[in-house]
Amino acid sequence: MAGLTLRGIHKAFGDTSVLNNIDLDIADGEFLTLVGPSGCGKSTLLRIIAGLESQDRGSVSIGGSSVDHLRPHERRIAMVFQNYALYPHMSVFDNIALPLTMTRLNLFERLPLLRHLSSRRRRVMGEIAREVRAVAEQLRIETFFHRRPGQLSGGQRQRVALGRAMVRHPQAFLMDEPLSNLDAKLRVHMRGELTELHARLGVTMIYVTHDQIEAMTMSDRIAVMDHGDILQLGTPADVYERPATTAVAQFIGSPAINLFPAHVGPSGQVELLGRTLPIHVHNAPTPELTVGVRPEAMRIGGGPCVVTCRFRRRENLGSESILHFDLVASPEVAVLCRVDNNMPIPDGEVTLAFKPRDCHVFDHNGRRIEIESRMAASRGVRRASEVR
Amino acid sequence: MNAIIAEITPLAAAPPASRQRWIERFAGLGFAAPAFILLVLTNLAPLAALAFLSFTNYELGALDFSFVGLKNFGTALQDPVIRRSITNTLLYVAIVVPGGVLISLLVAILIHQRKRTRSLYEVIYFLPVTSTLIAMATMWQFLLHPTLGLINQVLKGLGFAETAFLSEPRLVIPTLAAIGIWQLVGFNMVLFLAGLSAIPRDLYEAVDIDGASHPIDRFLKVTWPMLGPTTMFVTVTTFITAFKIFDTVAVMTRGGPGGASEVLLYAIYLEGFQYFHMSYAATLTLVFLAFTLVFSVLQTFVLDRRVHY
Repeated sequence: MAGLTLRGIHKAFGDTSVLNNIDLDIADGEFLTLVGPSGCGKSTLLRIIAGLESQDRGSVSIGGSSVDHLRPHERRIAMVFQNYALYPHMSVFDNIALPLTMTRLNLFERLPLLRHLSSRRRRVMGEIAREVRAVAEQLRIETFFHRRPGQLSGGQRQRVALGRAMVRHPQAFLMDEPLSNLDAKLRVHMRGELTELHARLGVTMIYVTHDQIEAMTMSDRIAVMDHGDILQLGTPADVYERPATTAVAQFIGSPAINLFPAHVGPSGQVELLGRTLPIHVHNAPTPELTVGVRPEAMRIGGGPCVVTCRFRRRENLGSESILHFDLVASPEVAVLCRVDNNMPIPDGEVTLAFKPRDCHVFDHNGRRIEIESRMAASRGVRRASEVR
Repeated sequence: MNAIIAEITPLAAAPPASRQRWIERFAGLGFAAPAFILLVLTNLAPLAALAFLSFTNYELGALDFSFVGLKNFGTALQDPVIRRSITNTLLYVAIVVPGGVLISLLVAILIHQRKRTRSLYEVIYFLPVTSTLIAMATMWQFLLHPTLGLINQVLKGLGFAETAFLSEPRLVIPTLAAIGIWQLVGFNMVLFLAGLSAIPRDLYEAVDIDGASHPIDRFLKVTWPMLGPTTMFVTVTTFITAFKIFDTVAVMTRGGPGGASEVLLYAIYLEGFQYFHMSYAATLTLVFLAFTLVFSVLQTFVLDRRVHY
């Protein structure tokens, strides 16, 4: 077990730069998720940590020592691939045992036929079998030891891939979208199992996903990436409640955040679609702003902070509904509102209200601007309770 | 009008299930018929004629013939030429099959790692496949000529003695085998290249992380097992091609020197079309087919159990 440090990692494929000076510190035993849309560089970063890809600049350290010159297996990390990359011609047992046979047997003892001449091999294989069995029991896969990966279900294959990673007691686990090939139900189940596994093993895990729900539910910290940059690094609550940019705000949270064009009024107040909101901003570089409000923070009703919308349709999710609206002022802007199922369906034009403290204000570059609202006091209390 | 309807209805209302079954049966037979007829005309009927001939004493151009039972088979067992032909053919196969499979695998692995020059090498190795073996055999005969041939010139230049590759009884089959391998490598290589491209890249990455970074380990743990189906196919087709050795013998050695390069197919050709012993040639052809069949079945069953698909 060890922490990881990335310093100034830069990588380009030809003229396309995929990672721009990434700095990242991952604590020992932390569950860190790299999340972002496809093509944001998260998988490349993971592969650089693993040593499968080499960085153009920068360095990777594991447990305080640089591993840039080391081959993948010498870095003592384990990796779980998206499609598991199990060896299809080997049994489950052999798949899990392979990392151990590779490190503990010499080339002669691994050669076909000749290996049977070695007496040391028999003894070592006995030890390996014991260790493989111990790992398999943890993952409840010992019952299909002799089957091949092709005869297993997706979830079982996933467990075997985990077993192959666990058996070496690696310094860190690297996981590249390990759940994306599973069906929705199994994915939720495996999410729980992975979280429990992390708690039990206490090992550093770096997890790559494009699914923000996986990132939110499993991680200690999330690094939101886009276009080769880390946009925000923080706890799931931090990233959700205080998104650093519009891109982060749009990526984290489902359904996605509502974004409205706005601008700064003469006295520093935020003006949204002709209404002056009880929010002040002081350090906006230009008058143009974007105001974001999460669908779950919107209510049908009146108040100081409202937008006027026209009802389009309703999505019933069972326990709740997502209502889709168009902004009356500019109908191309869709507005989403999350409501309880027993809410009456509105008809025609309605006003959607939100609280000033639920507003996220971004400048013209999409960067977050801190706001002051009249309800600053109540907000302070709320944040204090979160810090605990 | 009503009468007409009444007449039609019973037909239309006939039990649909059995009608449907008849239609399906005839449609099925109709679709299968062209392939079946072709198979009978081009494969099964000639085979039956062959089997029939092998029990007679028919000679090409003869007006009548009589049945001789298994006499032809008895003769074949006693015939020193046939024994020698079978031994030579098996020796040729024993060199060409491992050589043709392993060399093409090696070439494929080496070429597969090339990026820009890959297609160039592919063309170079594939050229012998596209050429006519008869023409190539003539070329090889010239290259291998004891005094004028390029190969002997080079050997002489390197300080070796002149070697008469095609007139030295011990060397003639290995020489022919080398030419056979040269002809086969390009085709087998293309098959292996296709197999190599189908191996998922993350298996190599997984094996890299698991500690198998030695090329031999990577080959044994990923490449070789994943190429199993390709290897099996290549081995069986190479075996059949090798067993059919004929062109190079017919052009370059005509079975010589002193019968040292007599092979089964060439012996059949001589018996049938030079000596006109059609019935005997038919018998030998059956023996040839039996050999091919037994070996193919054996290989398929032995390899099939070891191959992972």
